[in-house]
Amino acid sequence: MRMGMLGQMRRTHSCVPRRQSCRRPVPQGEEASRRASTRHARVRAPQVLAFLAFVATAAVAQTRYPSPDDLVLSPDGTRLYAVLSGTGEVVAIDTAKRAIAGRVAVGKVPRGIAITPDGARLYVTNSWADTVSEIDTATLQPLRTLPAGFEPTGIAFDGRGALYVANRLSDDVAVVDLASGAITRRLISAHGASYATAAADGNRIYVTHIYPILGKFRTPPRSEIAEIDARTQIVSNRIALPDAAGVLHVAVSRDGRLGLAALLRPRNLVPLAHVEHGWAFGDSLAVFGDDIGGVVQLPLDAIEDYFSLPFGVAIAPDKKRAYVSASGSNEVAVIDLARLVTAARSPSAARLANDLSAASRYVVARIPVGRNPRNIALSSDGTTLWVANRLDDSISIVDTERLAVTGSIPLGAPPTLTPERRGERLFYSSAVSFGHSFGCANCHLDSTFDGLNWDLEPDGFGIDIVDNRALEDIADTSPFKWNGQNPDLQTECGPRTERFFFRSQGIRGDDLEDLVRYIKAIPLRPNRYRSPDGELTPAQERGKAIFLRTTRKDGTPIPEGSQCFVCHSGKYYTNQLPADVGTGKPTDRSPLVDTPELTNVVNSAPYLHDGSAHTFEEIWTIFNPRDQHGVTNDLAKDELNDLIEYLKTL
Amino acid sequence: MRATIIAAFLAASALFAQDLPRFRWENFTTANGLPDNRVYSVCVDGDRIWAGTDNGLALYENGKWRVFTTADGLAHRAVLYLALDKKTHTLWIATMGGLSRYSAGRIDTFTQLNSGLPNDVVYGVTVQGDLVWVATAAGGARLDTRTNQWSLFNERNTPMYEIWTYNVTAAEDKVYYAVWGGGVLEYDVKTERWKDYNDPDGETEIVLFKDQGLIHEITTSVSYVNKILWAATYFGASRYDGRNWRNFLDKDSGLPSNFLNQVKTVDGTRTWFSTDKGLAYYDGVQWATYRPALDTHAPEMLVRDAAGSVTHVPVTTAPAFHYTFGIDFQNDDIWVATAKGLSHGIRMKPGDK
Repeated sequence: MRMGMLGQMRRTHSCVPRRQSCRRPVPQGEEASRRASTRHARVRAPQVLAFLAFVATAAVAQTRYPSPDDLVLSPDGTRLYAVLSGTGEVVAIDTAKRAIAGRVAVGKVPRGIAITPDGARLYVTNSWADTVSEIDTATLQPLRTLPAGFEPTGIAFDGRGALYVANRLSDDVAVVDLASGAITRRLISAHGASYATAAADGNRIYVTHIYPILGKFRTPPRSEIAEIDARTQIVSNRIALPDAAGVLHVAVSRDGRLGLAALLRPRNLVPLAHVEHGWAFGDSLAVFGDDIGGVVQLPLDAIEDYFSLPFGVAIAPDKKRAYVSASGSNEVAVIDLARLVTAARSPSAARLANDLSAASRYVVARIPVGRNPRNIALSSDGTTLWVANRLDDSISIVDTERLAVTGSIPLGAPPTLTPERRGERLFYSSAVSFGHSFGCANCHLDSTFDGLNWDLEPDGFGIDIVDNRALEDIADTSPFKWNGQNPDLQTECGPRTERFFFRSQGIRGDDLEDLVRYIKAIPLRPNRYRSPDGELTPAQERGKAIFLRTTRKDGTPIPEGSQCFVCHSGKYYTNQLPADVGTGKPTDRSPLVDTPELTNVVNSAPYLHDGSAHTFEEIWTIFNPRDQHGVTNDLAKDELNDLIEYLKTL
Repeated sequence: MRATIIAAFLAASALFAQDLPRFRWENFTTANGLPDNRVYSVCVDGDRIWAGTDNGLALYENGKWRVFTTADGLAHRAVLYLALDKKTHTLWIATMGGLSRYSAGRIDTFTQLNSGLPNDVVYGVTVQGDLVWVATAAGGARLDTRTNQWSLFNERNTPMYEIWTYNVTAAEDKVYYAVWGGGVLEYDVKTERWKDYNDPDGETEIVLFKDQGLIHEITTSVSYVNKILWAATYFGASRYDGRNWRNFLDKDSGLPSNFLNQVKTVDGTRTWFSTDKGLAYYDGVQWATYRPALDTHAPEMLVRDAAGSVTHVPVTTAPAFHYTFGIDFQNDDIWVATAKGLSHGIRMKPGDK
């Protein structure tokens, strides 16, 4: 029996000594071809052309697109600052001239931005550097680099001298004191803390979460908005969001009485056989605050006209309107706030959450904008809305009176589109699904995952529940799908997705190749647990020894198929073969699961093929009673902890 | 004449006792909304009071009790100890079924199955910056809340020969574990080394070498403030200043009993003790005991002076019960967890009656 399946874990980058016996058998023909290639090393014309084509492709693949993500306006409205996550910059835009006025380089993959009330300083989260850049707006020069947690994303300034940084991977909010430049406290958030906003008076900070709170297996997802009292710098309230996951930007009205947060209501507990009934995702708003007297979730979708993946939110200063971007269906919804509040306060409000006719009560217009609109910013007089079109590398300018785009500011994209960029556009678009209800990025939020387990197959109710897998660095980890039944990504993303997911024309031909190119190019995020020099801590070293052991503690040999590193072997810690590790459920059609890679596996809880293990520990304490998934029952608790410390580094 | 003498004596006693804290006691029971009268732990968070009971966690706020149970995510109904992260106001909750964490209405639970916690029977917990130290029935543990790394401390990597850790206290420089049956274990933050302190005579029932070391191996509680360590045992109390030990027994101090459940020092000198025979206080010279009298159950305050003379201070209120568990301070007030309710000692000013 084949052993060593470390749950439905992800892929890895660092190297465990790779044993010859662990390698995936190379097909004879392939090996023979390699040898022949070595023997006949003559340079021939077709090879030269192929090489040049490869070089050209590689160069294009490294092309960096600006990819605007977050926006903020200066208090006087003369400058718009956009975070360019693709090029690692902040661009300043002269709002009168509608032209770029300057740029400043920041850290790796910047995501969020905040500005001081006097407009003198910008603060930008560098999500891959775990830092915050402080920028002087007068000179557009960086001043300091401030600390943050793991993958800082959203950021808010309280007006008193403290930044609140939502850290997606450390599930907390770092409070950064600007006087000292140090983190003074870390507030417990929920899973995937991602976006933050400050109330106008600075007294309250609101933080949303891109992933759901890990609850009991196969129970409805839930999330929350953490409300922080900036005067005491503690979390004073957690606004519960039942049935919600993937909560994105949040905005609060100027009087502080009304809050709106964009969110997804995934229908992951029922078979994904009801796409045509709008039963895959509910694209919604959380409406909360004193105006509501609580929190209500209201839909933005309309029948067969879905408002896919709502992302950015802005509330007009006069509180008459709100605006929400849809990053999948490429539009901005205009919401009449009086009607929205009326709906939210109605006795039937709770029932409206899944009512596809409800949005017509308060959505007064939907304005097409560029591709993958992310955050939005509204001028202080409420007349102009700025939209960051991430995959068009532009800013749309929306006249809120005319309810139309009146201009666009290009941000300096390269002149050509690479196949990967074309694929990325497909990945984030909901255009191909029924009613443009969702796209790849609905489940693979920001090209990661969604923390949910799904009932995907229309083969019966409750069959083959699967955990959503991350997509980092998976190009060379075929086969795909939880049971390894898809030999390549073309199969995974093409006909299978078309049939089981989108219920529409799907993605085919050149588009499919582009999509696959993009997915294969999704990079590996930095590992926060591995030291830069690769040296392991004592606990990690001990864990590595357990990972590599071939005998039990009593000295008896561990069968090869039960040694961790046999199945989890090679660069990605997978032998790319199926195995029965005893984690199959009665609802699974087969106990065989594809051995998952372990790259950055620490980031992608829950685990196992169906997401039934919430933590690393549960993989072995609950789901490995007979040592089928590696031999672990002879380990003491501290040894298991050491093993986990090592796995975090992969 | 006799009446005059008695009156003078009582007046003198009252005057004398003014040096020691006097309280007006308000007691809370299930009749007031507590989920159970058996209260193991109490923790003050500003104006809010947390009580760990045998049947859930309770929060007293704005004059009302709010109860949290396993239905709210609490690891177990029996809440043994509470510790507050004063920076974030996160409450760490030691229970008989795991470690729970309360933050703004949400309870998360760590168990030996879903986390690196060594054992689900958690007796004690304390916060040291980003680190949370835990005392369990299978050794100590430290959770680094920044990295979620669990480090376990047991017989394999410390001098701990008995792994039943009962309580833990931490300061910037040192961490101390009360190891039930194993004395006191000290962790030096700077050197990352462990050292154990044991009863030098090794005798369970007698004290051969008083003040030469820890009074007894069966330690239940430790408290470390201003580089002074206090240890409570089932056979007396010990004070250690890093150089010398001083031990206290009921026969030679004001302790009402040698059976101590908790010790909590204010500043290293002024120290409180929860015992099976009342709440005790030591100010470095004098002792006081607060309880319902063991026989009549009438409110009682006993004062023992430096010479060993014991006097009764007339009082009208007392803690809910003589069997006391947990202690915490609220400015000059004190909160005491007892086996028959939670008691709030409201500090009386000189002249108050």
